[in-house]
Amino acid sequence: MIELREISKVYQIGDERVHALNHVNLHVYPHEFVSIIGPSGSGKSSLMNIIGCLDTADAGLYCLDGVPIEDYSEKQLAKVRNEKIGFVFQNFNLIAKMSAEENVELPLVYQKVKRAERQKRVKDALERVGLTKRAKHLPTELSGGQQQRVAIARALVTRPSLILADEPTGNLDSHTTEDIMQIFRELHEQGNTIVLITHDNEVAEQGKRIIHIRDGKLTEVQR
Amino acid sequence: MIMSFRMALRSIGANKLRAMLTMLGIIIGVAALVVLVSLVSGATTSVTDAVSSIANDLLTVTISDDKGNPVRLDDLDKWVQEMKTVSGMAPTASASVTGKYGADNATFTLYGTTPSYYEIEGLQLALGRFLNRADVENNTRVCIINNRAAVNLIGYVDCVGQELSFNGMKFTVVGVLSESENMVSTMSSGRMSAYIPYTSLMRLSSTVTEDLTGFVVSSSSNASMDETEEAITKLLKDRFEEDEDAFSVDSMNIMEGAMSSITSILSILLGGIAGISLVVGGIGIMNIMLVTVTERTREIGIRKAIGANRGTILLQFLMEAVVLCMLGCGIGIFLSWVILKVAAVVASSLSMRFTLNGTVVLISVVFCFLIGIVFGLYPANKAAKMKPIDALHYGG
Repeated sequence: MIELREISKVYQIGDERVHALNHVNLHVYPHEFVSIIGPSGSGKSSLMNIIGCLDTADAGLYCLDGVPIEDYSEKQLAKVRNEKIGFVFQNFNLIAKMSAEENVELPLVYQKVKRAERQKRVKDALERVGLTKRAKHLPTELSGGQQQRVAIARALVTRPSLILADEPTGNLDSHTTEDIMQIFRELHEQGNTIVLITHDNEVAEQGKRIIHIRDGKLTEVQR
Repeated sequence: MIMSFRMALRSIGANKLRAMLTMLGIIIGVAALVVLVSLVSGATTSVTDAVSSIANDLLTVTISDDKGNPVRLDDLDKWVQEMKTVSGMAPTASASVTGKYGADNATFTLYGTTPSYYEIEGLQLALGRFLNRADVENNTRVCIINNRAAVNLIGYVDCVGQELSFNGMKFTVVGVLSESENMVSTMSSGRMSAYIPYTSLMRLSSTVTEDLTGFVVSSSSNASMDETEEAITKLLKDRFEEDEDAFSVDSMNIMEGAMSSITSILSILLGGIAGISLVVGGIGIMNIMLVTVTERTREIGIRKAIGANRGTILLQFLMEAVVLCMLGCGIGIFLSWVILKVAAVVASSLSMRFTLNGTVVLISVVFCFLIGIVFGLYPANKAAKMKPIDALHYGG
């Protein structure tokens, strides 16, 4: 599913070279629920950006669904993000001027899916996160938890190979966190592959596999 | 495409005041362009119509040196018979005289001519008759006066039978011309004028003799102006020892041509100025689009993260600029339509018709579209080039 081999990412900050990722190796198999945990500045975000094809690695090999990514063009990366990856962000990242429904619809628009099919799939996705009633609301009219559920629906709607969640509960209270994690558990049970990045141990515990990241290096947590 | 059009409409709608202010440049530019060019072409049409309605088949011949072989009235009659391309010829001579009616005086322009003059110049009688052959042969003292002379000197239009004296010679009024409607004769109708037999003018004025110094020619309907002009020129060259400087043949076409070149230069000039204001409007659009792109950096990041590629983003912002321009263009055209309607009402007394000029509307639409593309391309490209991670983490 996901195969990272000797991935490195180096940032130049002033005169100093910072190894955000230092020869990282990672394997994620289909239908897995993997938590990646680490403190801030550990290289979490860099890892997430590379897995999510938002950024490319400086060295190493990244295969998604058996296809090497590193020499993809801008356009191909956009297509991969669109079709294979569903993003869930810490700050939801919904488009403020669009209703919940339209936000969920957007990736399908970019896929050039037909209108009737789009509406059906948007309806399904919103149903799965329990937000059918709020479909016409703007993000500003929704609570944090509801916004995050819209974001999850948007990630689901393309039926991606991988759902990539970056601190999905970072801006939520503990009660809503539990709700959101429940949705992720359900999605996992339905057979989705999930990679969840967090700094919260409790959230990480939900994963079937936990990986620590520190100073750009990964270590598997044995349970 | 349709989707990005809707998105563009939406994001313009989200910020109506700003959109309106941005469009103002384009609106004013388009309105200026359409109104100015339409006004000029409207004025041109009515002036050209006026010129060509009276003098389309008229040639004016001036003789400056007769080489001892002067043209006489008989020659004109002979030529009209001989030449197929000519339908009429009439001598023209004029003199400025003092006209007197009762105790009132006025300065008159006296034209001495023959009956054909009436047809050739396209004059119109309100009352009475024009000159006839007998008048010319017997040098009778009859005159036809214009409307202004009748009203101002005699006091009423129905003055056939009244007697006027020109430089002391008494003339009987036999006809009154109608008040002219076309623009060219309006120019000369400010003066009082009278038409008398050529032979009578010879007695009245010392400078007018039986040797003609000028005459007018009308082309027959089956010959073109150029053919007639050529035939007359050839005829006169033969007569005046091949000397082209001895005479000149002028047609009203020259006047028409000059007029239309003046107005087309005017159109281009005014259109150019309005075009510049359109370009300025385009720069305004570019400015606002740049602001919009910066403001929406995060949105661009989100869109890219969920799968929009460069082309999609480019199209979205380009579409927004073009839609903004086209909306402005539409409003501008509507505005100019209103202005022209108002102008038509105000200027209706001048007998000018102002209508929306279709060509200039088309030109402004195409021009606005191009401005939208040209000035939208840079901001749109700036948006499209953003890296997803940078855009996503912009300002938070």
